[in-house]
Parts: sequence; C-alpha cells; structure tokens
Amino acid sequence: MSEEIAKVKVTIDGITVEVEPGTSILNAARQIGGDIVPPAMCYYSKLEGSGGKCRTCLVKVSKGSEKDPRPMPKLVASCRTTVMDGMEVENITSPEVIEARKGIVEMLLINHPLDCPVCDQAGECDLQNLAYEHGAEKTRYEFERRTFDRIDIGDKVQLHMNRCILCYRCTYVADQITDNRVHGILGRGDASEISTYIEKAIDNDFSGNVIDVCPVGALTDKTFRFKNRVWFTKPVDAHRNCPTCSGKVTLWYKGEEVLRVTARKDQFGEVEEFICNTCRYDTKKTNDWIIEGPTHIDHTSVISSNHYEMAKPLPVIQKDQLLIEANKVEFDRATKI
Amino acid sequence: MNFWERLYLPAIFQGMGITFKHMFKKKETVFYPEVEREFSENWRGMHSLKRDEQGRERCTACGLCALSCPAEAITMIAAERQKGEENLYREEKYAAVYEINMLRCIFCGLCEEACPKEAIYLDGPIVPSDYLRKDFIYGKDKLVEEPLKS
Repeated sequence: MSEEIAKVKVTIDGITVEVEPGTSILNAARQIGGDIVPPAMCYYSKLEGSGGKCRTCLVKVSKGSEKDPRPMPKLVASCRTTVMDGMEVENITSPEVIEARKGIVEMLLINHPLDCPVCDQAGECDLQNLAYEHGAEKTRYEFERRTFDRIDIGDKVQLHMNRCILCYRCTYVADQITDNRVHGILGRGDASEISTYIEKAIDNDFSGNVIDVCPVGALTDKTFRFKNRVWFTKPVDAHRNCPTCSGKVTLWYKGEEVLRVTARKDQFGEVEEFICNTCRYDTKKTNDWIIEGPTHIDHTSVISSNHYEMAKPLPVIQKDQLLIEANKVEFDRATKI
Repeated sequence: MNFWERLYLPAIFQGMGITFKHMFKKKETVFYPEVEREFSENWRGMHSLKRDEQGRERCTACGLCALSCPAEAITMIAAERQKGEENLYREEKYAAVYEINMLRCIFCGLCEEACPKEAIYLDGPIVPSDYLRKDFIYGKDKLVEEPLKS
C-alpha cells in the first residue's frame, strides 16, 4: 500500500455510503441497492463512455459537498456526476425528481410505437418497466410518430428503428466489444437513426451482444422473432466450454426446446459477461450445455409467473422413505435438470 | 293426535290439492336447447375472436390472455404476417394457432379484460356438450368470427 485513497462519504435518500472518489452517483446508489437506485436507460457499466443521454437517472443534489454546501442549481444526471465528500442526494424522496422522471418517460415515449403486444422484448423491456413505474397512463402527443422500415442487420439481428430511444449502447458495443465497427448513428436530432453503412452485415463474433444491451425492442434476435412470449419461456443458467467467450449464458426453454440463448443479466439488467455469436445462435440444443439450474428471476417480473427456482424436493421429503416414493416424479425431474 | 289426524287422509288430500293447483299455473321450466332464456347483459359465454372494421383478425398473439388465464386454458402459437396477407391480419404478428380448452375455462372473463387489442370477447352462447375431451379444445375454426360479407 503506497497510499491510502480516502473514501468519500455520500448520502443518498438519507442512506450514507462510503465510496471511492470518482464514483458516479448512480454507482454509489447501486452499491446501496434497493429502491433508491435511479433507473438508467443509456448508462451501461460495462461500456465505457455510455450514459448521459436518456436523462432518466436525474437526481437532485441538495448539498454539493462538505466544502461547498450549496445545492446544485438543476437536477443532474447521476450516471455522469461524480460524488463529492459529504454530498447529499435526493432521488425518490424528492417530488421534483419524480415529476422530472415522469416527463422524461413521456419524452422517450413520444416516438415509441407502443407495439408491446407485437414486440419480442415485451416482458423484459427496460422502457416498459420504466413507463410502468414512472410514466403517465396516457400520451398527450397527437402528432404522427416517426416511422422507419425494419432493417435486417445481418441475418441474425433485426433493427426496428421505430422503437429506438437512441441510447447509443449498441454503438458502444460495436465500438468497444467488436472490432471493425459497422454501424452508428446517422442524422441528427429528431432525424437521427441507428444504421449501418448500406446495411452492411455485422459478422463479428460478438456482434450479437447488441441485442442484449438494447434496453428496448429495437435490436432483436431474428432467430427468436415471434417464437414465443418471454414470460412463457423458462430461463435456465448454463455454461459450455467456449473458446471465444466465457460461455456462461441463460437458456430460455419452452418445454424441452431452447428457444433462445442470452447472456446472463444482473439485477440492473446489465449483461454479466458478453457472449459470442456461436453460443447465442448456433448451440441451441440441451446437449451443447451443462445446465446449472433455474435463473433467479425477480418476483416483480412477469417472467416469474409459473417459474420455479426449486427443482429439488424439500429436505423433509428427502428423509422419509414413504415421501420419497410418493414424490418419485419430482425426484426424477430434479435429477434431469 | 285425534282420530282425523291419525287417518292422514285430509293431509294427503290437502297436499294433492296443492300439486293439482300447480298444473294450471304458468310453467317456469324452459325447454333448452329448443327454447333459450334471454342472457343478462354481462353474461360470459363462449369466446369469440373478433375482426376489425375491415374484416382483419384483431388478435396479435401477444399472450396476455394466456398469461392472465387462471385456469391456463389458452395456448397460442404466433406467426409472422407475410406479404399479401395484410387484408387477413391487422398486425405484423398473428396467432397461427389459438386454442382454448373449454373444459379448463372457468369463464371468468380475465382474458377479455387483459386483451389490449379488443380481440377476444366472451359473448357467445353456452358451450355445447360433447362426448370426447379432445372436442372441447376449440381452435381458431370455432373461435374466430365469420368474415365480413361485402
């Protein structure tokens, strides 16, 4: 230890936490966890430079720091503001922030087609959750929404520009995870859109990750298109020996069939480890994988309906010979998984 | 009990009299299925999948009816609308297979409430009886409304 880095103290909604200097307010809040974590649509901890675009993570800084206790004049984006020693932040305790967030959701939804019944992302969509928690019931927008045609980026990824909220996450993935970036944002302001140069196919090994990072249904898996609704499939953690990536994935089962493969996501909806296209598209048989067990799904998620994490029979059953006989079917199932 | 009461005859005749009186009263029984009683306005009967003004199927196979169904009676398989089928299906996704198991259905009407596309309504008659279990799984042939006559 050459020098001790002094940790800074920050209070978010009355909860104090000590973090490294240079941490953003959002990450400090994530260290506390729970309800006080601001929602984030564009910020992605694994992607450098992301954040600051969607404004959903706005918080109120009621005390700048110990040395300068004046509050910040405006609401600040918590993903881009670093903490100061003695800073006091209000997130859900401030009605101003709640009101602002409601406005932001309305803004994000202005051009959104609201085609959730058709969209494959519905059920695991960040925008859907955000709008459910913070949004208004009705839109006040009466003008025509901007529309684009569907674009196939390669044969595996489909882009619905209508649904895009321009979070730029996918372009960061293309920039940082894959080499030879082939897509970006064209146009400016209201006219901007995600596009490839002359719809050039993405053929990089890690290009499929744009599907996972997309917070809405703009980039979707073409091999899963309209196959099933997310909440009817059962997520199961599995891994395989993959030469290019970590091989740790979530398999989405319907019956005995693997409908799709995604990377594992943490509690903030972020990918734990990026996976390669071979794992995502080409290995969709149970034999390809070593299954670890059912994925933990938050009970507030629609995917948790009819989802059982306990494949194992209860310990009380395992001891009694009579009960073992009676629950033979469950035991067989548990050993199969 | 006196002698007359012990005879029981007056009581028997009294009872017979009541029975006889009913023969001339208006019958309350309805001879279903020849005669059908009028349903109340909020009656929930057999499901029907609706079409829109242009005769296209409204259902987009979003699965919310199946999700809300407490009896898990509804299953569906979605398919993508092809070019040239725009006059058949309203959205780009439609239900290729839509099945309701009428034996499981409890006619609670939650599917009707959940539907975001106003595609399913429980406005039909009583589900008819049948002999085989498999005949109670109603597919799209029985559920979808008749196409519009132009």
